[in-house]
Amino acid sequence: MILENSQVILSVRDLTAEINGNPILQGVNLEVRLGEVHAIMGPNGSGKSTFSKVLAGHPAYTVTGGEVIFQGQNLLEIEAEERARAGLFLAFQYPLEIPGVSNLDFLRVAYNSRRQAQGLPELDAFDFDDLIEEKLDVVKMNPAFLSRSLNEGFSGGEKKRNEILQMALLEPKLAILDETDSGLDIDALKIVANGVNQLTNSENATIMITHYQRLLKYIVPDFVHVMSQGRIVTSSDKELALELEARGYDWLVEDAAVGVGV
Amino acid sequence: MSIPVSPDAILDGLRLSVTYSDMYLHELLSQVSQTKSLGWLQELRDRAAHWVSHETIPTSRNEEWRFTELASLCQTKFQLAQKRSLASLPEEFTLPESAHSRLVFVNGIYAAELSDISDLPAGVSLSNISQLPENEIDDLKQYLAQSEGNLEVFTALNTAGLNDLALVRVKPHVVVESPIHLLFISSVAETPTISQPRCLVIAEDGSQLSVFEEYANWDAHLVSYFTNSVTEIWIAKNAQVNHTRVVREGAESFHIGKTAVTQARDSRYSCLAIAFGCQLSRHNLEIWQTGAQTETTLNGLTVIGSRQLADTHSAIALNHPHAVSRQLHKFIISDRAHGVFNGKIIVPKAAQLTDASQLNRNLLLSPKARIDTKPQLEITADNVKCAHGATVSQLEDEEIFYLQARGIKADDARNLLVNAFAQEILHQIPFPSLRNNLIQKVRVQESRGTEA
Repeated sequence: MILENSQVILSVRDLTAEINGNPILQGVNLEVRLGEVHAIMGPNGSGKSTFSKVLAGHPAYTVTGGEVIFQGQNLLEIEAEERARAGLFLAFQYPLEIPGVSNLDFLRVAYNSRRQAQGLPELDAFDFDDLIEEKLDVVKMNPAFLSRSLNEGFSGGEKKRNEILQMALLEPKLAILDETDSGLDIDALKIVANGVNQLTNSENATIMITHYQRLLKYIVPDFVHVMSQGRIVTSSDKELALELEARGYDWLVEDAAVGVGV
Repeated sequence: MSIPVSPDAILDGLRLSVTYSDMYLHELLSQVSQTKSLGWLQELRDRAAHWVSHETIPTSRNEEWRFTELASLCQTKFQLAQKRSLASLPEEFTLPESAHSRLVFVNGIYAAELSDISDLPAGVSLSNISQLPENEIDDLKQYLAQSEGNLEVFTALNTAGLNDLALVRVKPHVVVESPIHLLFISSVAETPTISQPRCLVIAEDGSQLSVFEEYANWDAHLVSYFTNSVTEIWIAKNAQVNHTRVVREGAESFHIGKTAVTQARDSRYSCLAIAFGCQLSRHNLEIWQTGAQTETTLNGLTVIGSRQLADTHSAIALNHPHAVSRQLHKFIISDRAHGVFNGKIIVPKAAQLTDASQLNRNLLLSPKARIDTKPQLEITADNVKCAHGATVSQLEDEEIFYLQARGIKADDARNLLVNAFAQEILHQIPFPSLRNNLIQKVRVQESRGTEA
């Protein structure tokens, strides 16, 4: 939702980043206010996923310029775990399988680290069980998944639900959903989208990274941005997504190429 | 024809007649031979001593010791460890589950004041050998030092010095509920010492028991010492032994341990061997099958750091049909530590319909960490199912990042992942107190200063 006089929680200015010496982000600008849902679309290789990883603090990427201010704090100065504790959440495109770490233990450790950052006391195992029971509902997840190893042997859809369960638990200020729709059948997509919709409100914000318009039918964005060659080349309202669905990315990408040449 | 002579005279005669092929080994032998035993026990010792006197300390030219260099051991002169009285047993050495079924040995010498055998069911005897009446000692003749492979040099050295011995004997069809704790503590003086713990476990027909064999270090200070232990386990038909073996000796110590298991038909044996680093440690784990349809489970975890070396050499020697064996051994190696795994499975013609699997998985936490792993399947039977494999992995940056992205600190994330790797083994520890205690110990070992 677009709110009047809403506070800016994320401000990205001229962000450039590279991996192994290859520049990927070439000057990204973006401003996100509380209550808003943004979609970042773009062809493969345009830098969308890199952008989400750079925001979350992935160590493989080197930021070479620009700034990122998150809730008044310089995000680029702090480690990935501190960003998470400060309320930034990245739902992974490919959530990792970690055999030997129980899903429930992992969720509790993650939740308590967020509580700690908020100056709240840690929740013990019993209280946590009650809390997680309630959150399972958001993504209609079977409690049996809690006692399994983290994502181990989960189907693609189950992994994505587990990501949204973590989001429900951690209640981030800014959630970045990286290709959350990829690999989901339509039923799973509806469940995941419905989960996200339950979690968005006027006190947080969401950035969806997606290649397809499909997800945007279920989670309706306030803004749609198109990324190409490491920068946002067009921003508009949700109608842009429909146009992209109809025309593809080529017409925008060609424009961008001309833009870079100038 | 024969002229009766006392065992001492035989030994003296031998000492005169041989030239020792290995002066270092000879020194060790003369240290451990200081004590004397009675009757056939002394004869047994003398025979072993005679054998050792012709042997040498294995070098890396010996295939069985190719990656495990004993030069550092041979640079240290060890004296026979002496009796030490310890006032009481701190909590960290006790297992609540076996508070009244425990034998304690300090420096290989029986410590009656720390032992507690007040809660044993009928049909179980748990004692130091010298506490036994003579006829019961005689009854051990068919077991003691009779396992296959007892001529291996370190095993024979142990037999040559055999004095105190932890004996566990379970009568037919007796099921022992409480685990039996055999605790061997090293308490070292100023100079390096050798001690030679010895266990004999006899599970008679249809009996069932759990044994927790533990090697621990009393003092925190870093004096080098050498533990040369031998455990013989005899499992009669249809009996079951669950064996948990934990080595947490001093960081500068040497530990060479033998576990020799003889399995009669329809018997079941499971071994959970967990070792934390010593300067050098070696576990020789041997299973000898004497009847059909045995089940054998060997699981293990070795955690080493700094410049430690740990070697697990297992051998399952089958000779009868329908055996099932499962083996999983994991190493977690930091710094410049070096792990060695050699898993031999011998499946001759007589062992048709064997179902054996073996897996060695290794987690290397530093670029200088090293593992040498070698499965060794010798199969001549033609109708068997045998599988083996080895994996080497490192902590994945992506995994660490995933945990970090959920607010978990990078160091905690690493420890979580290392623990997760160990979990598959640790969760099998049947005693909750020990399990929790060891889970705490499995962590990323920080590099020490200049070694990094």
